[in-house]
Amino acid sequence: MSDIQQTAQQLHDQFSEHLDVDVEEIEERLERYVDEYKIPLDEARRSVESHYLDEAGIERDELGRGGNPTVQAADVDTADEWVDITAKVVDLWEPRSDSVAQVGLLGDESGTIKFTKWAASDLDELDEGQVYHLGNVVTDEYQGRYSVKLNRTTTITEVDEDIEVGDDETTVEGALVDIQSGSGLIKRCPHEDCTRVLQNGRCSEHGEVEGEFDLRIKGVLDDGTDVHEIILNEEATTDLTGVTLAEAKQQAMDALDTTVVADEMRETLLGKYYRVSGPTLGRYVLANDIEELNDPVDGESVLIKARSM
Amino acid sequence: MSESAPTREVARRVFADEFNDATFTFKESDDERAPLYSLLPTGAKANRVFLVGTLTETEDVGEDSEYWRGRVVDPTGTFFVYAGQYQPDAANALRELDTPAYVAIVGKPRTYETEDGTVNVSVRPESITEVDTATRDRWVVETAERTLERIEAFDEEGNEYARRAEEEYDLPLRRYKRAAIDALESLDETEDGDGEDEDTRDAETAESV
Repeated sequence: MSDIQQTAQQLHDQFSEHLDVDVEEIEERLERYVDEYKIPLDEARRSVESHYLDEAGIERDELGRGGNPTVQAADVDTADEWVDITAKVVDLWEPRSDSVAQVGLLGDESGTIKFTKWAASDLDELDEGQVYHLGNVVTDEYQGRYSVKLNRTTTITEVDEDIEVGDDETTVEGALVDIQSGSGLIKRCPHEDCTRVLQNGRCSEHGEVEGEFDLRIKGVLDDGTDVHEIILNEEATTDLTGVTLAEAKQQAMDALDTTVVADEMRETLLGKYYRVSGPTLGRYVLANDIEELNDPVDGESVLIKARSM
Repeated sequence: MSESAPTREVARRVFADEFNDATFTFKESDDERAPLYSLLPTGAKANRVFLVGTLTETEDVGEDSEYWRGRVVDPTGTFFVYAGQYQPDAANALRELDTPAYVAIVGKPRTYETEDGTVNVSVRPESITEVDTATRDRWVVETAERTLERIEAFDEEGNEYARRAEEEYDLPLRRYKRAAIDALESLDETEDGDGEDEDTRDAETAESV
């Protein structure tokens, strides 16, 4: 569908209760503005909208909120915006608070985004695996991670088609310039579905607990232009370092200190170049795959560029 | 990007030649803890650098406590690296490493004004690790690329740090372009160099026969 067709469809939906006008007619009007008069589409939309408002004899605010931009899950990159989204409920999580009715993950072709539905909004129950058109949701951001919030004015329409949910897998390259605290041999809260990393033997939710050991790396890849934060889980960490969880525990036991594990990792990994691919979660790339870039480089193309400057 | 998650500063790629010219430092807010930037002559601010070179010398220059100085050489010049008690890992590395060795260093630019008024630029390392030739060569190519990108963007409208560099330094950019080209060419030489060595050896053998 072209942008004009899409806009025409949106306008048609907006006016469907007020006017008997077909999509083709709206499309023609838009085309005239855009193609003949070279008016930007959003301006054209406004003009066409005004025309039909006149025709229907209604004010702009009586139209309701038909004018939200329709977004793709992975493209949300601003907070506090009113948007529409058509997406599948790929995962439902246990709400941590009574004020939340449902929380989980929405997905479309572009990737996934977290959603929250407040108990106070009094909305219909969403089913896992079902595709919905959600009108009037608000985008939000927390620590670089975006989500959408459903609210009292949100419209929920079941859509009778399936969506193939895309993975927002990316590949990043750069020098590993930092291995951050919380890397190496760590302890996690053993409570079911918690898995928070313990700080001095304490879970921020469950207090002092007997933690379970895990191995991970939180690192920073830097290519001189951009910075990417990466997380390696136990498997990826072992792949890269050759150190298993059992060996890491042994190292820590021998040294009577768990920090030796991360120290050793810093010594062997920092300052080298890596390529990492995996899904993105907020500002992190979860490394499914990591390889060191140690094949010889060819400076020829840069040299040619330099000489031509 | 969000205000709640402070974004980490990128580690600039800069050759020693340009780094040592970056004598002007500044802060972007009055906050005492605001990051200190050095102004690169090719027009960028650097709060952190990543460099790879040959560690040629280490020396404990401290008086009361250990204070290690390392010389790290790249194709264009020498980085001076200082690590003391507040950089224990880096100081440790300088103490332990045998020279010469290829090292990768993440660190912050620092400047120091001597009594005669010259400003010395050095690196305060966050980490120092030993690396191999492939990593070092990759860095040289990458640093040449980034340097050329800065030079290309120098005259762009709205390039704030380039305008500032013009004001503060008045250094000819072609110098840094030349340095980048020399650095890239030096990589070729190392490869061809092996061949030349053999030739020379052959010649010597021929002569001695």
